[in-house]
Amino acid sequence: MTEGTLFKIKRYALHDGPGIRTTVFLKGCPLSCRWCHNPEGLDPRPQTMSRRTSSGEIHETVGRVVGVKDLINAIEKDGLFYDESGGGVTFSGGEPLAQPEFLEAVLAACNQREIHTAIDTSGYAPSAVLDPILPRLQLVLFDLKLMDEKQHVRYTGVSNRTILENLKRVDDTGTPVRIRIPLIPRITDGDDNIAEIVRLAGTLMTIQGVDLLPFHRIGSEKYRRLGMTDNTAGIAPPSPERVAAIRRRFESAGLIVSIGG
Amino acid sequence: MNERINRLRTRSLAATPCLSDERARLLTDFYKSGVARTFPIPVQRAMAFATIMEKKKIYIGPDELIVGERGPAPKATPTYPEVCIHSQGDLDIIGGREKVAFRVDESVRQVYREEIIPFWQGHTIREKLFAHLPEAWKMAYAAGIFTEFQEQRSPGHTACGSKIYHKGLLDLKAEIGDAVARLDFFNDRDALDKKDQLAAMALAADGLIAFARRHADALLRMAESTADPDRKAELTQMAAICRRVPAHAPQTFWEALQTYWFVHVGVITELNPWDAFNPGRLDQHLFPFYEKDIAEGRLTRQRAKALLCAFWIKFNNHPAPPKTGVTAKESNTYVDFALINVGGVKADGSDAVNDLSYLILEVIEEMRLLQPSSMVQLSKKNPDRFIRRALKIVRTGFGQPSIFNTDAIVQELVRQGKTVQDAREGGASGCVEAGAFGREAYFLTGYFNLPKLLELTLNNGVDPRTGKQLGPATGQPSDFNRFEDLFQAWTRQLRHFIDIKIRGNNIIEQINARNMPVPFLSLLIDDCIEAGRDYNAGGARYNTSYIQGVGLGSITDALTAIKIHVFDRKTITMDGLLAMLHENFDGHDAFRRQLLDDTPKYGNDDDAADDIMRMVFEAYYDAVNGRPNTRGGVHRVNLLPTTCHVYFGSVIGALPDGRQSGIPLSEGISPVQGADRNGPTAVTRSAAKIDHIRTGGTLLNQKFLPQVLADDTGIVKLAQLVRTYFRMDGHHIQFNVVDGETLEQAKLYPDDHRDLIVRVAGYSDYFVDLTEDLQDEIIRRTGHEVM
Repeated sequence: MTEGTLFKIKRYALHDGPGIRTTVFLKGCPLSCRWCHNPEGLDPRPQTMSRRTSSGEIHETVGRVVGVKDLINAIEKDGLFYDESGGGVTFSGGEPLAQPEFLEAVLAACNQREIHTAIDTSGYAPSAVLDPILPRLQLVLFDLKLMDEKQHVRYTGVSNRTILENLKRVDDTGTPVRIRIPLIPRITDGDDNIAEIVRLAGTLMTIQGVDLLPFHRIGSEKYRRLGMTDNTAGIAPPSPERVAAIRRRFESAGLIVSIGG
Repeated sequence: MNERINRLRTRSLAATPCLSDERARLLTDFYKSGVARTFPIPVQRAMAFATIMEKKKIYIGPDELIVGERGPAPKATPTYPEVCIHSQGDLDIIGGREKVAFRVDESVRQVYREEIIPFWQGHTIREKLFAHLPEAWKMAYAAGIFTEFQEQRSPGHTACGSKIYHKGLLDLKAEIGDAVARLDFFNDRDALDKKDQLAAMALAADGLIAFARRHADALLRMAESTADPDRKAELTQMAAICRRVPAHAPQTFWEALQTYWFVHVGVITELNPWDAFNPGRLDQHLFPFYEKDIAEGRLTRQRAKALLCAFWIKFNNHPAPPKTGVTAKESNTYVDFALINVGGVKADGSDAVNDLSYLILEVIEEMRLLQPSSMVQLSKKNPDRFIRRALKIVRTGFGQPSIFNTDAIVQELVRQGKTVQDAREGGASGCVEAGAFGREAYFLTGYFNLPKLLELTLNNGVDPRTGKQLGPATGQPSDFNRFEDLFQAWTRQLRHFIDIKIRGNNIIEQINARNMPVPFLSLLIDDCIEAGRDYNAGGARYNTSYIQGVGLGSITDALTAIKIHVFDRKTITMDGLLAMLHENFDGHDAFRRQLLDDTPKYGNDDDAADDIMRMVFEAYYDAVNGRPNTRGGVHRVNLLPTTCHVYFGSVIGALPDGRQSGIPLSEGISPVQGADRNGPTAVTRSAAKIDHIRTGGTLLNQKFLPQVLADDTGIVKLAQLVRTYFRMDGHHIQFNVVDGETLEQAKLYPDDHRDLIVRVAGYSDYFVDLTEDLQDEIIRRTGHEVM
């Protein structure tokens, strides 16, 4: 039986695709983005996280190994909500493509049950992983961070070459895609980077829209609780004016933009 | 909101609730005079009502468009000494308490001291009840196992149907004449009683007509002395309206509103029925008048809105009469629970939403008043625009309107034996109670403390607060080998106290039926005239008695914790657990954390807990449903608390779910505060595991943080959440949209947050007017946020 490692199942997720969704967060990510707000999704193994309670600090395990059947049962619970709202399930992370066999098995089970499926991915995976997954998806939420390869390596730890190739593969198969851009002041929100992304987005045949994700500090506390160094410490959220200006750049290119997904 | 409406609203908000001795004085003088001594009780009551309506002060305020006050001025609140006499000590409490106070002037105290108390002491309904109720009832009542709605109030709970909009009181008097003529003195041994009842109803009709005509006279006098030509014309027109209605059926929108308002004042002056009378399906009743007036050029949409606003403000002028003791604890609010229904379906089953429904929603949004309460009925046949419009008001964060499932309500009422037409013309009143409007007397009889019975079970029937053997000895808990043994013992306690409660209910119903008829209310409710029988004596077409279960989430989590830890995982022995409860978990933090964090909880769509919730529901349903009352109907269950979950929590020590002594219980069918951690779809899925169709109403509260609803997508998805809950037959859902920080601030700095309104249970209230326990309870409710 195929198993996978998750760190959260979020029901009534409103910003990870159409309708009311369940978002499944798979644990483990090959990237190490400076601004990551889900640091508990980085390590592929379950780990210990502390939590403050009224009776002092306690330690909990974040991450658990589940089988396909159990996960499908959890996803199916909100089936009526998906029906009513045109929603479904989104696999996020971490990086969902980092557990390809498990993901494919769960997606196959979802397809069989006619549940709308999406993934929220960095796009960083071998094409051999992506190819069998794509026909099982109704939507890809595809993150684009930095168009400059060197910058990409510097801030995420990996090159963006595979990522950009994969975006093209997604587009070629006709799978609907939304581009998601984390807006990190002085890292991703520069005029040149945004201009490059606008240009690339304009070439995509299947693009449904663009989600701008302004940096927020929600993840910061989690670094401490995991005993990790908080790399986001020096980063501040972008100003609303900056976000609005970037929004206008995309809209003037004829793209539909939402803030926060 | 136009300037005059703004002035009216501001004046209503600024008025201080005070106690008025007017009604008590008129009533006492009437009975003292002896004029009624030789008449039968119903006729006496009608004469007393007519006397009050003929003699009470007429109040017509500046700018008013709808007239009629229960007291001599807005928020001057009468008392009902025939039901319950306030002692001088009670008056001190009512006047001096920090929350829900009423100013009591020295002149009122004096009248009470010299006239009211000496005359009524020993002759009130309250005293009669306590004289007749068995000792076991009194012990259970004192221990906080149940409350009693009729203890300081008269039976209430009904909503007005459509009758008053097409029949004037003179038409109803003609019907009374026909009913008298039809009385069968050959075969019907009750014929004479019926004749008396009908005579009383006719007298009561005259009383209200006289009240309206006194307004007409006063308005005309005001018109004569008013210089402003516009107001002069308006007052003259109002005088003409009050001359016509409610004697005759209304012909215009304005007349229809004034008709209802006079009728409302009549009902709440005749007696103090809890859950004030209410207009029910207001958009349906008024729409024909609205359409006709607009077509004929008599009315504009804007003018209709101003009239509705003026009508709304009249409700806000009328706080619920003051309560004391346990009754104040179970319903600790100025709100009198007039719940206006908007939307739903028509008698033929078709979509009932019309332009007036939307106009009323605008009024609710702009008036932003505690009273009247408002709700939308949502049927699968209603358009999405309707629910979205309602949720945009919910987003503004004052808890209104609440949202009800029309299709479930219709099924609930039909299951109880109502015709499908009567069911479709019904709705929900009070907090969440389903009823056939204009045709049903559905008495709520009291709240019932489900978790307290577990405390008794765990102490072999002894109440640990007093050491008294309160319930049956159902066995030492350490002797239970299986969870089922424990559950069976709990069920025995439940049945024991439900029997006590129902026996009491039937005594109380008879006392009210015989001694406290309501001839005026009986005029309005089908089929009291036809049957020649009073509303309080089974005259309505449908007669139901409810016992409202409280603490479903708390009892479920407590039983689940025992099942999991004592019987399944054996992480602790029963005696070990009982010792911890006894010590209120002091020094047992680690195990308490396990109870809180590592134990299935109701509200998370986890069958390990939800299956036990279902067992509790079925046991409660079996104990209550179908048991006869004395009015030709039966008892039913519903699940709502008003503020009683706070009181009930205060009489219970620590519970096995980790709740500490004295903390409020869960409210309605909502999960224990903070126990739901899987978001609102999980909560609604858990809540939908109750068979709502077999209840007469359930209450589900959800707290959302404002940012979830900040954009229209949030509204659309919330509408879809509601629709899905209703597809699963959920009865009702309501939302608090406010962040925890705001609530904390409001608790610390009440003066800066006087206007903060929150949803409590089936009603909204000013946050700063809530007791501290209740404030904390609301802060602890889980707030769903976005990720």
